[in-house]
Amino acid sequence: MTAHVRPTVRIQAEDFDAAAEIARLSAGRKDIGAIVTFSGLCRDEGGRLAALELEHYPGMAEAEISRIAGEATTRWPLTGLTVIHRFGRIEPGANIVLVVTASTHREAAFEAASFLMDYLKSRAPFWKKEHLSDGGEGGWVEVRTSDDKATARWKTP
Amino acid sequence: METKLIYFAWVRERIGKPEERVTLPDGVRTAGELLAFLRTRGDGYEAALQRPEVIRVAVDQEHVAHDAPIAGAREIALFPPMTGG
Repeated sequence: MTAHVRPTVRIQAEDFDAAAEIARLSAGRKDIGAIVTFSGLCRDEGGRLAALELEHYPGMAEAEISRIAGEATTRWPLTGLTVIHRFGRIEPGANIVLVVTASTHREAAFEAASFLMDYLKSRAPFWKKEHLSDGGEGGWVEVRTSDDKATARWKTP
Repeated sequence: METKLIYFAWVRERIGKPEERVTLPDGVRTAGELLAFLRTRGDGYEAALQRPEVIRVAVDQEHVAHDAPIAGAREIALFPPMTGG
């Protein structure tokens, strides 16, 4: 068994470029057969939302996402992994989160990306507050029970 | 000994401050006991922690269950269920 890949984890206010992150992950490599990317964007909820404010727990956000990423590298034979999560004010159409998984074959890359997103949603210390188009404050986003169910399917018996 | 407490999202808003240092009584040994103790500290705490079962606790930046011991913790964070991703 070869050593597990070391994930790249970044928590940042700035935007990211998914294509640049794919290029960074695959540069000079000839062992990668599959790269899956997931980008999570801010949506306007039918025009209701002006922006999301993402609060995070500095330090723990990096630590927890690194723990989740580390678990993904032990469960799937990944040859590359990048996770970027933004914080601060994010407007509709803009990026929030990026997961890039690389592997020899597609199954591991697809499954690991899905696992990472489910776990990020339920365990990474970020909270979304809504800012409304009419200028009001929309309150904190509630957890969706479908997200908890999505996470539960990865639990090993 | 003082312990650093940190609050996030609506827990922070209802308590009215992002963090504080608190000397915990001897009887406060677990995360759940900490929540019960903090509820006695005023209306803001009561508003934030009235449904303790939904509050998540992290000790030194790791998630813990409510029955987890908190002895020796440097930093304890209280927050609502997370909505990142």
